[in-house]
Amino acid sequence: MDPLLDVEDLWVRFSTRQGVFDAVRGVSFTLGRERLGIVGESGSGKSMTGRAILRLIRPPGIVEADHIKLDGVDLLQKSEKSMRDVRGERISMVMQDPKFSLNPVMTIGDQIIESYRLHNKATKSEAWVKALEMLEAVSIRNPERVMRAYPHEMSGGMGQRIMIAMMLIPNPEILIADEPTSALDVSVQRQVLDIMDKLVQERGMGLIFISHDLNLVADFCDRVLIMYAGRIVEVCDANKLHEAQHPYTRGLLNSLPRLDTPRDRLDVLKRDPAWSEAPSVSGRL
Amino acid sequence: MAEQTLRAWLLTDTPTSRRHAKLSALYQGWLAFRANTMAMIGLGILLSLVLIAAAAPLLAPHDPFVQNLGNRLAPLGSEGHILGTDSLGRDILSRLIYGARITLYIVALVAMIAPIVGLLVGTVSGYIGGWVDIVLMRITDIFLAFPRLVLALAFVAALGAGIENAVIAISLTAWPPYARIARAETLTIRSSDYISAIKLQGAGGLRIITKHIWPLCVSSLIVRVTLDMAGIILAAAGLGFLGLGAQPPSPEWGAMISEGRRFILDHWWVATMPGLAIFTVSLAFNLLGDGLRDVLDPKAGE
Amino acid sequence: MKMLEINGLNVWFGSGRDRVDAVRNAAFEVGAGESFGLVGESGSGKSTILRAITGLAPSWSGTIAVAGRQIEIRRPKDFYKQVQMVFQDPYASLHPRHSVDAVLGETLQLHGFKDIDARVVRLLDDVGLGQKFRFRYPHQLSGGQRQRVAIARALAPEPELLLLDEPTSALDVSVQAEILNLLADLRQEHGLTYLMVSHDLSVVGHMCDRLAVMKDGEIVEIMDVVALRAMKATHPYSQHLLQASV
Repeated sequence: MDPLLDVEDLWVRFSTRQGVFDAVRGVSFTLGRERLGIVGESGSGKSMTGRAILRLIRPPGIVEADHIKLDGVDLLQKSEKSMRDVRGERISMVMQDPKFSLNPVMTIGDQIIESYRLHNKATKSEAWVKALEMLEAVSIRNPERVMRAYPHEMSGGMGQRIMIAMMLIPNPEILIADEPTSALDVSVQRQVLDIMDKLVQERGMGLIFISHDLNLVADFCDRVLIMYAGRIVEVCDANKLHEAQHPYTRGLLNSLPRLDTPRDRLDVLKRDPAWSEAPSVSGRL
Repeated sequence: MAEQTLRAWLLTDTPTSRRHAKLSALYQGWLAFRANTMAMIGLGILLSLVLIAAAAPLLAPHDPFVQNLGNRLAPLGSEGHILGTDSLGRDILSRLIYGARITLYIVALVAMIAPIVGLLVGTVSGYIGGWVDIVLMRITDIFLAFPRLVLALAFVAALGAGIENAVIAISLTAWPPYARIARAETLTIRSSDYISAIKLQGAGGLRIITKHIWPLCVSSLIVRVTLDMAGIILAAAGLGFLGLGAQPPSPEWGAMISEGRRFILDHWWVATMPGLAIFTVSLAFNLLGDGLRDVLDPKAGE
Repeated sequence: MKMLEINGLNVWFGSGRDRVDAVRNAAFEVGAGESFGLVGESGSGKSTILRAITGLAPSWSGTIAVAGRQIEIRRPKDFYKQVQMVFQDPYASLHPRHSVDAVLGETLQLHGFKDIDARVVRLLDDVGLGQKFRFRYPHQLSGGQRQRVAIARALAPEPELLLLDEPTSALDVSVQAEILNLLADLRQEHGLTYLMVSHDLSVVGHMCDRLAVMKDGEIVEIMDVVALRAMKATHPYSQHLLQASV
């Protein structure tokens, strides 16, 4: 089966006064109807990879790649105008903090209805019913009250669920989630992940899940790319993440404190310059 | 080679002494500023203004006060008077050159008074809050409620015409916006963790305001002052034009326009030349302000 | 001896109808040399307790005693020689225009030390930064390095009690390990007492001897780390929290 998304030799560059800085350096991977995790530390280029797929990197940043193919069509060849149809319609993105993604002066209902009518021909009342259904689908109790509320009245977990609901309205083929739960409390985290998982499974979507949390990704995803200094250093199945081979992945795993195995000192990651020199591992299937 | 190492020394990420760190920070700011062509043009104009003012006796072809009624209202390019002469036969170029001194004098005095008053009022008001804040901000509101030139006119009328009084009047009307900016910045800085941290070292209000809040407010004030300078020059010129600023025969640019007004239809250059001078300097200040904003804005510097 | 005793502590913000009770009737004590954790979700009031101890929260009632001495509303100057705090976000807790040298130098000066130069050098060595960082500005430092500077600042007055407000939650896991190791070392070298706030049970399990679980401004359970590791929480909320974090 053809992959949904095919990324070949992706580079993201920023030119600064000190010279050109490569945030992403030659990354290749494919995404099928699966949950693909991208993990790494801050500055490893994982968020840049997600944004580059949607061509959301602003100048002075430059995106270069052999191709970024969505269903066989290269996104890099598209005009900015047709790219706008891809964003949201076919590939959606959920950001870290819902507070910055929702319009603070519109009620949540109005925002959902607006985005629904943008993508579907529907009257206001049809859209209202649809919006209620969407909120119920992300397990929001009392959806009518939420429809009339403003974003600041929502807790972080509610806001993130609403964002997911909005992102899924146009029925995209791919959802890119950039640290969707790291601003949330642990108990809410699970709920949000479960909802996202359910919706993605039901609709047969591809999910790119960007996170710094190895345990979360190991739990939640099917396949994991581990990024370091703009390159993929290792690719493995998520359930085998704890048996990962690369010293960087091992180092990250060992630096986590664990409740079940108390230690006096945590292992400190010793960075090997060779890691960033080694060629990027391909994440193709 | 020596230049190369000096540059590297200045651009280092690992400064080795207090002086080194300061110089390095200054140099990086300068590099950012230098990259902005328009700002460099503004700086160039202002530097030449300073030089012209300093070397006025050497540069001016004539004495700006000597009248020659036989050669009054000479047109542009007439012999010995490139920019012509005014209604009393005085050389306009020389008067412009000497007028640069007055302009700089006004600019410097206002720049010393207004932002400092504004900074004091704004930071104290923002940091202490409560009653102090209410009282200080209502006073600021009262000053803001008057049209600037009208208020300045009232002050000059009360204090008497003259350039010092014009400066005081302009400063008194110019400080409230600075107080507002400084207060707004103080409110965001006040609740930040680094202010909490220094409080935990037992630092008092005075130290926090002067050493921790001021350095962060100053940059946005400097930017605002340079952007306002154009308005201040114009206000001074306006007062001069109305006869309430610099008094004749002083070659203040606004007063010169005022004098030339009577002949504007037949002898346009008499009013236009000082007008162009005001325009150029105002523009230069605006360009400089835009450039400084790019360099000094702490958020962009991160 | 008890380093910190808290009894019937209430902390609230606002007044009248807008009054929000952030902490209600909190009570716990921390022995000298002990490391005590406060865990809970956002908004549970755990950081507010730290702010009440340091005087950054304006209105509180109840008793707080540090090393047997009751805290008044106005804290004496030498209080801050005894109690110091490390903030959550190292990007927000350092003044953007002050170099490392200025931050540490000013702190030492405020506490009346004379040999400032020598002490700055020693502090930087203590937190594993070394001299080459002395004259840098915060924007020239990484998150982990900034947090080391913040720890050095907290250590400068030679306190006995260090309040840690989520000291590693803004950092990458590999940097978190470095900072947690550093904190463990410093505690041993200087005989410090820690009161550490965290939402991460495994971090608290690693660092602390005992912990209190907070929910909606109240302490629902105090247990020791052995019980935590054995997953033997008694209160249903703590059980739920434990389950969610493994």
